[in-house]
Amino acid sequence: MATPEKKRDWSALAPIMAFAGLAFLLAVGLTRDPRLLPSEMIDREMPSFDLPALRAGDARVSNADLEGQISLVNVFGSWCAACIVEHSKLVELSFRNDIQMVGLNWRDNNSAALRWLAQYGDPYDLIAIDTNSDLAIELGVTGAPETFLIGPNGQIRYKQIGPLTDQAWSENIEPIVNAIKAEAN
Amino acid sequence: MKYLFLSLLSSLVISISVAQTATAPDANAVEERTATISKTLRCVVCQNQSIHDSNAPLASDMRTLVEKRVIAGDSDDEVRAYLRERYGDFVLMSPPFQINTLLLWLGPALFVAAFAIWFARRVRTNHKIAAENEASRGLSEDERSRLTAALADLTDINKGNDT
Repeated sequence: MATPEKKRDWSALAPIMAFAGLAFLLAVGLTRDPRLLPSEMIDREMPSFDLPALRAGDARVSNADLEGQISLVNVFGSWCAACIVEHSKLVELSFRNDIQMVGLNWRDNNSAALRWLAQYGDPYDLIAIDTNSDLAIELGVTGAPETFLIGPNGQIRYKQIGPLTDQAWSENIEPIVNAIKAEAN
Repeated sequence: MKYLFLSLLSSLVISISVAQTATAPDANAVEERTATISKTLRCVVCQNQSIHDSNAPLASDMRTLVEKRVIAGDSDDEVRAYLRERYGDFVLMSPPFQINTLLLWLGPALFVAAFAIWFARRVRTNHKIAAENEASRGLSEDERSRLTAALADLTDINKGNDT
């Protein structure tokens, strides 16, 4: 007994399909954190800067200080709570002699910054002060802490947004440091 | 001598007023343009405010930067491009028209077009169904002749009853 071939009409499902599609797109949208701004600065030249030093007696800090060395430029402030989280990592890294630690004391008060460093330890080889966000804006900094890995030729190689955790270091930054060293050889 | 003094005085007055009109509106114009541009730039700390509306310290520094660029003679677009180069598209309050924002900009138009197509097709099928109904509503040739015959019979019967 052959039943007559009936053409199925799927058009009734269209609204459900449309809804499912939209729900999917919105769900994907929810998983993306808008605070993680794309870093425009990766693989660009370090912007030119010439800033006063935080520590009395230090010379001004400028691009020339970064030449020929791998540098970590860390944006910090005594007002920045999250900076305390990453500080022990920075102190640990300061014992390595293949990386120059550069602090960018951002929108801070000098004496407060010095007191803060006395309390938590000073991991920096050089500290520049950026009271008016001059270099911070050039670097596209949106908040502290942020850390930039600068190659010996002054090229920005990586930007860490938020605290420099052990994981961020070993998974994202250390491999680039090794790659830079390999390039040099 | 009196005339000389007067002309000197008047030229002095004129030069002062010229100097004033030359600088005063300029400062206003800078301020106005700074505000206009600042309204189109997002405060990257607070995300849903422009740097014009935000009280965040970084927004205030960005406003200062915008003002500096305006004084340096940048056009509005050049100032925006300057910050966009450093902070990405995100810093623009209004998303630029480009590949990854095509759907965003054209989405509404696509929706309207899809609806228009659906509606047009629906109207057409409705017309077709109506036309078919119209066609089937009339009687066929055969039915028509049978109807006339039946009516004729009926009149005959009625006549017969009369007599």
